[in-house]
Amino acid sequence: MNVGFSWNLVDDIRQMWSLQSMVSAFRAGTIVAVLGGLVGWFMVVRKQSFAGHTLAVVGFPGAAAAVWLGFGAGFGYLGFCLVAALVIAALPTQGQAGYGEESAVVGTTQAFALGAGALFVALYKGFLNGTNALLFGTFLGITSDQVLLLAAVAAVVLIVLAVVGRPLLFASIDRDVARANGVPVRLLGVVFLVLLGATAAAVSQITGSLLVFALLVLPPATAQLITARPARGLVLSVVLALVSVWVALFIAYYSPYPVGFWLTTVAFGLYLLTAGLSLAARRMGRRPVPVRV
Amino acid sequence: MPLVKPTTVRTGPGSETVPAGRDPFGPDSGRVSAVAGPVPADRAAGTATLLEVTDASVVLGGCAVWSAVNASVTEGEFVAILGPNGVGKSTLLKASLGLLPLASGRVRLLGRAPGEANAGVGYLPQRRSFDASLRVRGLDVVRLGVDGDRWGLPVPGRRSRQAAATVDRLVDLVGAGGYAHRPVGQLSGGEQQRLLIAQALARGPRLLMLDEPLDSLDLPNQAAVAGLISRICREEGVAVVMVAHDVNPILGYLDRVIYLGQGGAISGTPDEVITSETLTRLYGTPIEVLTASDGRLVVVGQPEAPAHHSDRHARS
Repeated sequence: MNVGFSWNLVDDIRQMWSLQSMVSAFRAGTIVAVLGGLVGWFMVVRKQSFAGHTLAVVGFPGAAAAVWLGFGAGFGYLGFCLVAALVIAALPTQGQAGYGEESAVVGTTQAFALGAGALFVALYKGFLNGTNALLFGTFLGITSDQVLLLAAVAAVVLIVLAVVGRPLLFASIDRDVARANGVPVRLLGVVFLVLLGATAAAVSQITGSLLVFALLVLPPATAQLITARPARGLVLSVVLALVSVWVALFIAYYSPYPVGFWLTTVAFGLYLLTAGLSLAARRMGRRPVPVRV
Repeated sequence: MPLVKPTTVRTGPGSETVPAGRDPFGPDSGRVSAVAGPVPADRAAGTATLLEVTDASVVLGGCAVWSAVNASVTEGEFVAILGPNGVGKSTLLKASLGLLPLASGRVRLLGRAPGEANAGVGYLPQRRSFDASLRVRGLDVVRLGVDGDRWGLPVPGRRSRQAAATVDRLVDLVGAGGYAHRPVGQLSGGEQQRLLIAQALARGPRLLMLDEPLDSLDLPNQAAVAGLISRICREEGVAVVMVAHDVNPILGYLDRVIYLGQGGAISGTPDEVITSETLTRLYGTPIEVLTASDGRLVVVGQPEAPAHHSDRHARS
């Protein structure tokens, strides 16, 4: 960076935001933080983290292929992730969350996806630096077109989530009863996987394919340590994701190290801090639990 | 259908198991008979038929689970579905709710086809328990029973306040006030079961369908939850159909039992049905019903799970 960090944070931020690319990075980061915090919360409750990870990894060959063929990486992530979501949804399911038994199949697909990504990278000669960005994230070179695409995806995902959120929560924690109460459990499972695919694709553009959990798992998991109330948990998850992204972008701008590292470090730090505090609170507040039936 | 129900006096949650007499109408040595709760006369008489199963059979994976089953449940009754493991007791509940198709015969639930009247039924499926890591409060689980099937965001307002009030009332009803605000995964089996019963009652059902609600509870909890279910049946006027593999914790509360076999079902009062002769006839193999000195029933020689295994998968 040509201008160094000073301890006057307001000046630092003003200077950082004088660059159009940094403004775009903050816009994109804010959008994916909101998406990741909300959709990730449901993903954690539904125990579909492995599906989320697979969807993100499948985005890698998509993005590599898109770059090789001359489309934007964003469309590659999105296209591959959505198709993968539909494929996973089509796999036969038995488990409580509608996922898990076929983990070997999904894992196999994940490995193949990474291999295919390596091929596309090789086909596109001189792409080596880009590989790092696709896998571990970047905040450089995010265009306002990309921000627009992210905003459009986010708008659709958030609207759908607002409509299906409550029955989705019901189906996630109490599948059989939800079904008996008339909730279309199977359909909601498919809808959620598509939302998760779109979210993984969006988040990948900041975090890279391998670090999506920095926004999809860490903030929701931290929020769930703090509160067991669904509404508060969702809000908190978004707040934590936003803090993680903003702080990480700020540090990454003034440091020579990649944004993916800072993002996971901030999110993981928040998680450790919260886990430590809640453990301490439990130790302090431990008293004999009355026997109840 | 008995005109006078066996009534028991409860001393609150955790009251001891009522010694299950072989004959609920026999001398009530340890129990006070007469009316212990507000049981309207017409309800006690039980008029409307809530569930009617006629000549029904279910086929899963190419094998008949059971066939030629006839059963009915009348308003306000407490009925148990009994039978050996794997005979398809849960399947009977699921078929009644329209969650599994019938191969033949007919089911009418609240006077309508299966699946059309589920809003008037509270269903508690068989389960082990919530995952210990599930960070959702007991209150939220009950609330989902009230309006969890509604689309769109829960907007603050009159409807939301009503739903919250319903949740509070239900939590009080099952005596879960002390722990309903805690994450449900951290609660004991008995506590979870009480919250799930509250959830099943959320939409003011006329019929509760409970699938092994006492399963995996310790004995004091079995007695307490059985007492709770009976109290809900009597005081709230909700008929209860309950699948059980052990009749003893609920024997003192039951109006009727439905004993399920592969080739049909026999229903009647417990002392009519749970006898060596009746069960021997139902299963076609010698069965002995013994009464222990404390009044508990022991069924000896009950057939093991039938040769087909489809039901095991169907109930998962």
